[in-house]
Amino acid sequence: MTDTRYRSQIQPGPDSFGQTVRAEWVKFLTVRGWVIGLVVAALAILALGLGPSAQGSCGTNGPASDCTQPLGPGGEAVTDSFYFAHQPLDGNGTITVRVTSLTGQIPDFSGGGGGTGGPQTRSGLVPWAKAGIIIKASTTQGSAYAAMMVTGGHGVRMQYDYTGDAPGLAGAVSAASPRWLRLTRSGDTFTGYDSVDGAHWTKVGAATLTGLPSTVQGGLFATSPPYWQASGAGTSVTGGSSEATGAFDHVRLIGAWPNAAWTGTAVGDAGGPAAGSPGGFAGAAGRFTVTGAGDIAPSVSGAAGLGVTITQTLIGVFAGLIAVAVVGAMFMTAEYRRGLIRVTLAATPGRGRVLAAKAVVIAAVTFAVGLVSSALVVTVGQRVLRDHGVYVWPVTALTEARVIVGTAAVLAVAAVIALAIGTIARRGAGAVAAVIVVIVLPYLLTVTTPLLPAGPTDWLARVTPAAAFAVQQTLTQYPQVNNAYVPSAGYYPLAPWAGFAVLCGWAAVALALAIWTLNRRDA
Amino acid sequence: MNVSVVASVPGVGARSGAAGPRSFATALRAEWTKLRTLAGTWWLLLAVIALTAAVGAGADSAVTCQAAGCGQDPAKVALSGIDLSQAVVAILAVLAISGEYSTGMIRTTLTAMPRRLSVLGAKAVVVTGLTVAAGTVGVLASMLAGRLILPGRGFTPLHGYPPLSLASGPDLRAAAGSVLYLGLIALLALGVATAVRDSAVSIGLVLGLLYLFPVIASALNPHWSRHLEQIGPMSAGELIQVTAGPRRLPLTPWQGLGVLASWAAGALIIGGLALRLRDA
Repeated sequence: MTDTRYRSQIQPGPDSFGQTVRAEWVKFLTVRGWVIGLVVAALAILALGLGPSAQGSCGTNGPASDCTQPLGPGGEAVTDSFYFAHQPLDGNGTITVRVTSLTGQIPDFSGGGGGTGGPQTRSGLVPWAKAGIIIKASTTQGSAYAAMMVTGGHGVRMQYDYTGDAPGLAGAVSAASPRWLRLTRSGDTFTGYDSVDGAHWTKVGAATLTGLPSTVQGGLFATSPPYWQASGAGTSVTGGSSEATGAFDHVRLIGAWPNAAWTGTAVGDAGGPAAGSPGGFAGAAGRFTVTGAGDIAPSVSGAAGLGVTITQTLIGVFAGLIAVAVVGAMFMTAEYRRGLIRVTLAATPGRGRVLAAKAVVIAAVTFAVGLVSSALVVTVGQRVLRDHGVYVWPVTALTEARVIVGTAAVLAVAAVIALAIGTIARRGAGAVAAVIVVIVLPYLLTVTTPLLPAGPTDWLARVTPAAAFAVQQTLTQYPQVNNAYVPSAGYYPLAPWAGFAVLCGWAAVALALAIWTLNRRDA
Repeated sequence: MNVSVVASVPGVGARSGAAGPRSFATALRAEWTKLRTLAGTWWLLLAVIALTAAVGAGADSAVTCQAAGCGQDPAKVALSGIDLSQAVVAILAVLAISGEYSTGMIRTTLTAMPRRLSVLGAKAVVVTGLTVAAGTVGVLASMLAGRLILPGRGFTPLHGYPPLSLASGPDLRAAAGSVLYLGLIALLALGVATAVRDSAVSIGLVLGLLYLFPVIASALNPHWSRHLEQIGPMSAGELIQVTAGPRRLPLTPWQGLGVLASWAAGALIIGGLALRLRDA
């Protein structure tokens, strides 16, 4: 007779993946060091993000010192500074001009730049120096507009509402090769035309601006964004403000222009410190010149840009990443160290399944920890920064959510890579070092202290696992703004989720290798 | 009668394992035998040499200097492989001690050589010696690669850059300092691993100490980031490689290496105390 007193009460059933996951989850929870490791990761993310934060001077000396950028109709931060010779347009109308020249002043760094009395200047144009005709809702910065213009290096353009940009005739403008520009308002629809002779017109583009008042301001404008050049290793830039002067004639106004007199307004700060002149316009006998500096474009964060992005608050993620890598690697190497791997594989002979269950558990746990800590640090951290007088670039709620979720996902995938390398190496030290070297070191070399010129740096930011930090970028690159779009300024070469996909690719390769070695080797 | 005769013969007592003075040389030989007979040691040393030279040569072929005063530092570029190979040095040093803890060998070691600080000292000498030897080969190869490649990338005397040469004072300081840098990283990692014992946690701590300071410094305002660069073991220690460039240095090169040396000394003291006061 069989003694059944010591038989297990648990019903034998088909072993499912769910059971394996549960087994691994229990293992994870019951090792105190691993739980502590993840707590350390969360604390590091929070402490470094909220603790020693940057200091700024925005808003600390009364409302006048407040740092704000005008917001465009689309809600993005914009630059809106130019010299505007304008008169009111009451309803529909058309403005036509001929541009005969575009000249300018840019800073001159060839002479060493020393001495007093401000920087030296020389004749020259930045590529996006602009002069032409514009119809704008008002002279308030950030208001809606449509404009036809000649540029320093990009031919004739039609631009509207800061982000809109359409190319017209190519080539530079000169007295021998003038450009005719025409801009028509019909209700909310603006249409731009260009011509080389004033007789044959080509449509460049059309834009619909919503919410315009009936009376708008139309006229001539000139502006010129700051000049910059790469210096040193191509990792730093020097520059200064520039100015541009447009010469116009054959100015013809059709439609409801009641005033018939021009007013000069420096929208924003349109003076050109490079030339020491305040900007302005002069007109006699139907010929006008307009001089201005600034830009009418979406604002970008350059090397000497204003303020920081919300990514700044996530600096502690690197410390968190190291803690997560240690836990992820030990989740497997500890089994080898203690010999537990033999019990594990005896209980679940499907070795790929064991690794998959471990990956699911470590990814889920680190994702949860990363999500909570980065959500906290981003929402609270940007408030702390603003309280300290630092300008924080505005982002949409969707972008903020992407940064938070993406950061948590990067931590989760990094833990899986650590687990996979831990399986291959079976030694904790090598696995942890490998993860740190492939993720943190490329970030250090591309973003923090770029040693190499832009080309190789760009390449590193595309193919190494550090490409995943693109998921934290909040700034947009605009082709119509000339800027040093480099990772160290917050511009990654890959789109956010494309960068994350690179990391996932590395994780997939590491996992495949890990399954292969696990199946092939004796435990 | 006979006993006293045997005991008075020098060396016999020591060899038989009876009570007798254990010299530091014996500990050194034991540690040398242990490290030498591990296959991993030689692979790691080979990796130190290969990574130092290969990454340096890669950086040499990536940079360009188009005009005079391009603000580059050729010695730093040529020696940039150190950024990577220091991680391998850290693995080597961490495994030298935590490997003994993970296999239980440490109990045998401490039974055979009960003077624990001698054990740590012997390990430090052997690991640092091997690191410095491998580092010297790697650094010399990097300097040679820089001397051959950089002139073709625009680093010509015309642009103000004579070829890298160990005969020039700053270049020699950068090269010799980089070897010392690797040796100090080995000591730092050995100290941390002696205190922590677990290899994965130790390597995480060491690499965190090295790589996190510059990353976090970049997020702070210039005042605080300068302080962080002064106290970070990697950011301060690598100042030894600087021979040119527009930037005002936070410390002089030798002061910077001194900061790293203080980190290494601190880690060794904590590790030594932990080893002395704790049960193995």
